[in-house]
Amino acid sequence: MPEQQLSPQNSSPNERLLAGGLGLGLILLSLRQSGPAGMAVAAGGALLLSGAAMGRGVGDAVVGIQRTPQDEIAVEKAMTIGVSPQELYTFWRNFENLPRFMNHLESVKVQEGGQRSHWVAKAPLGSEVAWDAEITEDVAGKRIAWKSLDGTPVPNEGRVEFREAPLGRGTEVQVVLTYRPPGGTLGAAVARMLGEEPGVQIAEDLRRLKRLLEVGHQPTTEGQASGRKNAFTKAEAKMYDNRRTS
Amino acid sequence: MKAVVWQGINRMVVEQVPDPQILQPTDAIVRVTATAICGSDLHLMDGYVPSMVHGDIVGHEFMGEVVEVGSEVRKFKVGDRVIVPFPISCGKCWYCQKGLTSLCDNSNPNAQIAEAMWGHSPAGIYGYSHITGGYAGGQAQFARTVFADANLYKVPEGLSDEQVLFLTDILPTGYMAAEHCDIQGGDTVAVFGCGPVGLFAIKSAFLLGAGRVIGIDRFPERLEMARRMGAETIDYGEEEVFERLKEMTGGNGPDSVIDAVGLESHGTGIGGLADAVKQTTRVLESDRPHAFRSAIMACRKGGTVSVPGVYGGLADKIPLGAFMNKGLTMKTGQTHVHRYLDILTDHIVRGDIDPTMIITHRLGLDDAPHAYKIFKHKHEGCIKCVLDPWADPKDHAPVR
Ligand SMILES: [Zn+2]
Ligand SMILES: [Zn+2]
Repeated sequence: MPEQQLSPQNSSPNERLLAGGLGLGLILLSLRQSGPAGMAVAAGGALLLSGAAMGRGVGDAVVGIQRTPQDEIAVEKAMTIGVSPQELYTFWRNFENLPRFMNHLESVKVQEGGQRSHWVAKAPLGSEVAWDAEITEDVAGKRIAWKSLDGTPVPNEGRVEFREAPLGRGTEVQVVLTYRPPGGTLGAAVARMLGEEPGVQIAEDLRRLKRLLEVGHQPTTEGQASGRKNAFTKAEAKMYDNRRTS
Repeated sequence: MKAVVWQGINRMVVEQVPDPQILQPTDAIVRVTATAICGSDLHLMDGYVPSMVHGDIVGHEFMGEVVEVGSEVRKFKVGDRVIVPFPISCGKCWYCQKGLTSLCDNSNPNAQIAEAMWGHSPAGIYGYSHITGGYAGGQAQFARTVFADANLYKVPEGLSDEQVLFLTDILPTGYMAAEHCDIQGGDTVAVFGCGPVGLFAIKSAFLLGAGRVIGIDRFPERLEMARRMGAETIDYGEEEVFERLKEMTGGNGPDSVIDAVGLESHGTGIGGLADAVKQTTRVLESDRPHAFRSAIMACRKGGTVSVPGVYGGLADKIPLGAFMNKGLTMKTGQTHVHRYLDILTDHIVRGDIDPTMIITHRLGLDDAPHAYKIFKHKHEGCIKCVLDPWADPKDHAPVR
């Protein structure tokens, strides 16, 4: 039971208790509110509660955001997907496939020549951001790197690596992304509280990619029968739907 | 249609809800002909499994007839008689391909939440909270089943509903618990809890070569049933279990111990009381691990503790010192139901196992609230209830 071992990063039992109590309180509180505000509070509560369960500090749960020395946000996520590195590379290299599993991308258009592309992303609170990017490295079956061109509102660069996984598990895909968000770290922290945290986003994007390539679709319960009686319980169920992968 | 719906702690009610529909091309709709209440449904009813939402349709042991299939379902057609294993296997991920179907990577839409709670996400499960996917369950007249080709299992001709229903969960669960004990010829296996899973674990331990099996419980009808399965028994209300087990095994303790109780076990003394108090908050401790602690203490040195009992979150005061110093091995897990279906169906056909012998009550779906009550409190000698979703509400009589 490795989660029982305390490492220096783990919070004290008291801190966990506090976070747990606070988390539960926020979830309960959120149930009395409706609309996006209620959801945000509930999400925060769930975050704190799960943080307490895992022994993570309160501060860590709220602003566990990595920064580079240049004060950019850095995100690194990996996932194992049951197809070959070549297949995965080919799928990814066609950037127009990316919005199929990256929920925050509206569209990617590859421009003539294939090195440059135009990206449109959904930003928090219903707005949009667009930028142009160019490929900086392209090794078939192994690696793709790209960088936004000058003048974009959210300067960013990224790299995706494909490595054959051991034991016939397919491919270990790793995404490394750095960007400078509008509003700096505080903006990122607020976005995180609203469920837009970049690390979680990328992890969920990769999970959607895995499901798309392994089973062909995202599992869902959207639209299934239930005995929910009022807006209250519907909102509560939606709280889970909103935090889900598919 | 009619369905059993969780409407809060201790409130399982039968309601009219919309009929299920095909939502994805790999879905199939099953007209449920038999369903059962599982011990782990009691943890839902009692509110110890987090992320239940009022209005959730429960039930993860069910079977029936396919009445509609999605456009990508290849192996099943309308009219097929099937059982529906409780863990949902996508059939494609590494875990599913290794036969570890309760660990499927792809079937839980709420994997993110499960990961926050448990580090990694197990498979989705029908009717078992939003952490395991929020899928509507099968204590209903119809059910939507997903990844049909990978999940449904066609019932061989000539077997009745009641003979195969428990293949969905408790029979393979008991079998896997015994298999986890890695029984060597003539071993002694102790089973904490002689409920349905414990009883099937006893039966399975014998099938896998155990010399002696000792069943531990306090309800006379369960102990009686354990004896009918061939076990020796200990009534923990009457005797000190640890001392008795030592005595029965020449001072060694059993070679392996199965905790077939799970998170709502009844502890005694100060430890039991502390668990009970903390668990009522549902935050300080979500599980009462009394049976688990006892299993660790009772097992012989170098033996195996097998845990089919369901635990949900955090448990206190596990005797880790005993566990480590005695060199024990622990094996756990939600059941990889799919991998046992052929083996166990063969056993049923050959008559090695008669799963119907544990059924004490047959009721209509309308009687589900009553069934939950007698099952929880072990009233009326209740060991296992089977519900008929199509029974005329007036047309039933409790059968023993
Ligand atoms: Zn069950
Ligand atoms: Zn799978």
